[in-house]
Amino acid sequence: MSAQASGDSVPGPPTGLMGEPGPAGRYGEFGGRFVPESLMPACLELADAFATAWADPAYHAEYSGILATYGGRPTPLTECARLSAHLGVRLLLKREDLAHTGSHKINNVIGQALLTRRMGKHRMIAETGAGQHGVATATAAALLGLECVVFMGEVDIERQALNVFRMELLGSEVRPVGSGSATLKDAVNEAMRDWVATVTDTHYCIGSVMGPHPFPYMVRQLQRVVGDEARRQCRELLDGADPDVVVACVGGGSNAAGTFAGFVDTEARLVGVEAAGGAAITTGIPGVLHGMRSQLLQDESGQILEAHSISAGLDYPGIGPEHAHLAALGRATYATADDDEVLSAFQLLAETEGIIPALESAHALAWVVRQARELPAGSTVLVTLSGRGDKDVAQVRDILAARRRS
Amino acid sequence: MSATTPIEGDRASVPGALETTLRDRRDAGAKLLVPYLMGGMSNDWVQVLQAVVAAGADAVEVGLPFSDPMMDGPVIQEADVRALRRGTTPQGVLDDVIAAGVEVPIIVMTYYNLVFRAGHRRMARSLASAGVAAAIVPDLPLEEIGPWAEEADAASVETVLMVAPASPPERVRAICRRSRGFVYAVAQMGVTGERAALGGEAATVVGRIRQTTDLPVCVGIGISTPAQAVEVCSVADGVIVGSALVRRLVEGGGPEAAGSFIAELRTALDAVG
Ligand SMILES: Cc1ncc(COP(=O)(O)O)c(C=O)c1O
Repeated sequence: MSAQASGDSVPGPPTGLMGEPGPAGRYGEFGGRFVPESLMPACLELADAFATAWADPAYHAEYSGILATYGGRPTPLTECARLSAHLGVRLLLKREDLAHTGSHKINNVIGQALLTRRMGKHRMIAETGAGQHGVATATAAALLGLECVVFMGEVDIERQALNVFRMELLGSEVRPVGSGSATLKDAVNEAMRDWVATVTDTHYCIGSVMGPHPFPYMVRQLQRVVGDEARRQCRELLDGADPDVVVACVGGGSNAAGTFAGFVDTEARLVGVEAAGGAAITTGIPGVLHGMRSQLLQDESGQILEAHSISAGLDYPGIGPEHAHLAALGRATYATADDDEVLSAFQLLAETEGIIPALESAHALAWVVRQARELPAGSTVLVTLSGRGDKDVAQVRDILAARRRS
Repeated sequence: MSATTPIEGDRASVPGALETTLRDRRDAGAKLLVPYLMGGMSNDWVQVLQAVVAAGADAVEVGLPFSDPMMDGPVIQEADVRALRRGTTPQGVLDDVIAAGVEVPIIVMTYYNLVFRAGHRRMARSLASAGVAAAIVPDLPLEEIGPWAEEADAASVETVLMVAPASPPERVRAICRRSRGFVYAVAQMGVTGERAALGGEAATVVGRIRQTTDLPVCVGIGISTPAQAVEVCSVADGVIVGSALVRRLVEGGGPEAAGSFIAELRTALDAVG
């Protein structure tokens, strides 16, 4: 299929990997802008608006200012003494769980909410899986006085009831989505459908490095604060050295993209960890969904398959196009973790370090737990802990109780 | 070829079967009626197809069911679900189209992933061998159309493009240059589905298209009743009627219900044509 790439003639940026993707939004054969004509003008407007904002010191000052005084940045880098001893590697955590609203999602939504205001729009819509992006968007909307509607699959509403209530407390409306698998991909479909009808006054605040250009690029830039901070913090801690391995979980891939952006030009090995039941790189095939060409779970006709995992935030049959490109180049590798490994890692971090991670983030830890013995002794491993596990506690309690009974 | 440069259409190429049919009908003073059906939605969908043709359709749009129809409202989503539940595949729909043996041009409407997965050349050739005249791929905008358009042109499958209310004039010009068969004027910003009343945008969109091309112009998205069809045809050459027809089928109607609804639309349009 790779011979079908049509935009490869757009020259890459001199900065090399993870630079600007060019006006067509290509990452090798991946990316692009596959939206109905009704949305094309809005995507072009957004690309312009983001380029202008990103070049404007006033935008950066406001974005960084809010992240510092409201969002809790910089988030700490935590060295895990007990878990390191247990695993035999030096484990560092980038603590996005300590950011306001409990995950890295806040970095992206503050940037997009400011952009919404700059574009003169007064309403944001968002999709959410675990509810973290929905909560973050609702938060940014409250902060900046924007209207906000969040689309969420009915299955996820069940799994993440507390986050639904949080969004409502924050003044947002949560619209249940019952079509398809009633999870994240269907919430994206429904948000897109709303956007086609409301695009003149509404910004679609996409929650990950996915969708039509400029979203994958814009969201990566808004999340690169994670990687840039972590790199500085690692160099301080490691006497100027970089970690040997950098690991992050991957749903759409925003915390991983933000993390990798800080290390892509170092010697560090980059590892993205997908849910075993939603492994777009490991088992996906090139295709086009939600406005982008990427790796997708699909059948032989091209029907999209449903992803299944313990964590709603990783139940997505695709992956951001830049990850598909990094995988094709071999600059990053992508592995999977299954539900059992994830639960064990979740408990292990709680018991050894006093940190309850999000189930999504526990995928990254699960990879380290499994691979620690294969890594050279004394390796330094940085894991982005993308979020905290408060939202998952009830679900994990039920699963563990059910296991004890059986 | 750069993906950012809109493809220049070669309007000197020989008009295809769809364009010829629609131009002839228009020149004869008729208004064009293009119903939309979901391929493989029910056991009797081939009979439904034959019935709408017998009732006076000038061409028929046949949907290939897709798991994630981003441009479609609840009615057509339901039709997708039913078709997929029956195990419908793109080739299955094309085989049915061959079996139906209707005389009017068939336009396949499909989301791009089904084309991409099959491969551009293979899909274009499959459509051509099934006698399909044209294709509409709503999530394949002008900037990304190159690889598909090349294969579709080579297989003589006309690719119909859409102009939206949001499309600025320079895009309208580029889209009309590259569109084949006719130009699809999107009546309103939004997904497919019936509307109680049409906004005024359709007339504006049609006006912009007319300034740049003499291809037939059909209006779709939301056209639900004979009165609305007539209203739109005061400016346009024809209408595409999807959800209003599919809803009747989703609610249990068969070839007869479909035929009588299309006959109603035909009668109304003929009265003004
Ligand atoms: C805590 C947390 N981590 C990770 C993800 C996955 O998103 P991404 O891959 O974009 O970082 C989510 C999504 O909901 C999340 O809530």
